[in-house]
Amino acid sequence: MTHVTPDWAAEWAAGSGEPLRFLEPDGGLVRPDLPRPPDDLVREALRLMLLSRALDEKCTNLHRQGRLGLYAPVHGQEAAVVGSHLAIDPAVDWLVPASREQPAMLRHGWALDRMLASFLGRIDAARIPDHVRMLPRQQSIAAQLPHAVGIAWATSIRGLDGVTLAYCGDGATSEGDFHEACNLAGVMGVPLVLVVINNQYAISTPVSRQTRATRLADRARGYGFPGVAVDGDDLFAVYEVARQAVERARAGQGPTMIEAVTYRMSFHNTSDNPSLYRDPSEVAEAGQRDPVARLVAYATGAGVIRPDAIEVVEAEVRAEVEAALDQALSYPAPGPEEIFRHVFAD
Amino acid sequence: MSAQKDVTLLEAVRVALSDAMEDSDRVVLLGQDVGRRGGVFRATEGLSARFPGRVLDTPLAEGAIVGSSIGLAIGGLVPVAEIQFLGFLHQAFHQVTQQLARYRFRTRGRFHLPVTIRAPYGGGLRMPEFHPDSLESQLANVPGLKVVTPAFADDAYSLLRAAIRDPDPVLFLEPQRLYRSVRGRVPSDGATDGDFGARMRRHGDDLLLVSWGPSVHTCLAAADELEERHAVRSAVLDLRWLSPLDHARLHQEAAVRRRVAVVHEGVRSAGLGAEVVASLQESLCDTISLPILRVTAPDTPYPPGRLEDAFLPSQENIVEAALHVMDRP
Repeated sequence: MTHVTPDWAAEWAAGSGEPLRFLEPDGGLVRPDLPRPPDDLVREALRLMLLSRALDEKCTNLHRQGRLGLYAPVHGQEAAVVGSHLAIDPAVDWLVPASREQPAMLRHGWALDRMLASFLGRIDAARIPDHVRMLPRQQSIAAQLPHAVGIAWATSIRGLDGVTLAYCGDGATSEGDFHEACNLAGVMGVPLVLVVINNQYAISTPVSRQTRATRLADRARGYGFPGVAVDGDDLFAVYEVARQAVERARAGQGPTMIEAVTYRMSFHNTSDNPSLYRDPSEVAEAGQRDPVARLVAYATGAGVIRPDAIEVVEAEVRAEVEAALDQALSYPAPGPEEIFRHVFAD
Repeated sequence: MSAQKDVTLLEAVRVALSDAMEDSDRVVLLGQDVGRRGGVFRATEGLSARFPGRVLDTPLAEGAIVGSSIGLAIGGLVPVAEIQFLGFLHQAFHQVTQQLARYRFRTRGRFHLPVTIRAPYGGGLRMPEFHPDSLESQLANVPGLKVVTPAFADDAYSLLRAAIRDPDPVLFLEPQRLYRSVRGRVPSDGATDGDFGARMRRHGDDLLLVSWGPSVHTCLAAADELEERHAVRSAVLDLRWLSPLDHARLHQEAAVRRRVAVVHEGVRSAGLGAEVVASLQESLCDTISLPILRVTAPDTPYPPGRLEDAFLPSQENIVEAALHVMDRP
């Protein structure tokens, strides 16, 4: 059967407003004719998602032991982050992260030991390598978005290849920088894919207190470019809409906004106590939509990976985290002279 | 000596932009109304026709102008952004002070930002609210930013060229009341030199007047009056670079005269004059007793245009302060 890819943004806009979903929470396909990533990409995604979980677990434990500063886990958002990043090519495309897109940063070329070095305050070891087209994590919500637009704009002015993939959260959509960046991106028609990870909370503030709009993706229309809401726990749907958005950007057709509707399964960061503001039943319900379990169910059911191989991969990624941690701890801690370096050119 | 042409300060800005764009196709201009309109003061007039696709009109959004300049620089360009009036820079203050100023430091040198932000400022033109404010002290307080302001046409050219060449962000503040009232010579072959440090604008052995931007000219007029009517010979030091300050030159010139007044259009408290006083005191406190006064705008919001003559430091204010420090033992 020949499959003609629909315009997913148009498809979503014409629908009920519910996020697009290809993969059911039990790992079954919504419809057999929906596009699926190739099997090797599914295996790559699964490994990255499991690595992300292992990293979350390790860093959270290290924080509790007083060995690592604040850590913001990806837990629950793995499909949204990995699925979108799989659509770009780190050799030519730019990554502009918000702050908790660890698996995207790893896939983009920031080695795991270097990322861990950043969490451990080894600032020189954590430096983003010259060949990695990636901005650092941004602590000021939405401030990275005008930077992303500028990078994408420079790419088109210079006539270079390359799409800019930027992330922000639901809270960021209330910031002025979000509006100014989206507006400029629309006016200039820059090759930008903006993924809004709607994990339902900005620390304790639910998305209903950020906006009266039903869907964040609706905002794209106001900026004159396509927006699409997608089930952020569904790797296939995220990947497919991101792939199409990247294709549009590469073809000079301008920016796309993707709202990945997901859930922050864990705390905002290791200083946070979500039990003060979240009902445990809500968290349990979100757990039923877990993106890792969903992909495992699909991959094992469809024969993409053998069921007994999952544990093997889990053990491998844990070992990878341990080895990277040893490496990160071996890098020198910065001395006070570092305060005076890199303020200006020497 | 290279050939020179006679221009206003405003034209010197335009020539500097044009020469920088001629020298490197990485240089792009962006801002509100900079393209076909040529800027509200006409600083970029003719450049969009001369450099197609490199003079970029933006939406009315200062945060996006500065924020996207950061990305343009990371993407390999050398952006020169215009903020229509410095008083509107606060709309972009986060992007300027917390983002633009910190990228090199934050990324341990992985990214540096050769971004120039031009903004007209300063009083005397009976402008509406926000248009005339002198906010340089708020910018000179930010590590990672350089701040420079010319008072003469030749400086407008060479300092703007230096700002655009600088690998780090520079705020280039243009004194709007001098745009058409000050003339000077700029090189016709693009050659510049002596772009750093303070400059002595008038010689005199009795007293040092320290200033920058528009009030350099008020100081020069006051110095003439002091000499003619009071036989006080004043030197006028034009700081030019407000960050980093030329501390060495400042200390040297103050030490030989031992009487100082610092003059600025920004408000008094926590103004840059306080930094000049502190720098001198810290440097000279072991050796010299140094009478020093500030002549500044008062600690009030910038008033409506009809009242600005009473707000800005006047020639009379400077003369009065100078005679006061001359009176000290």
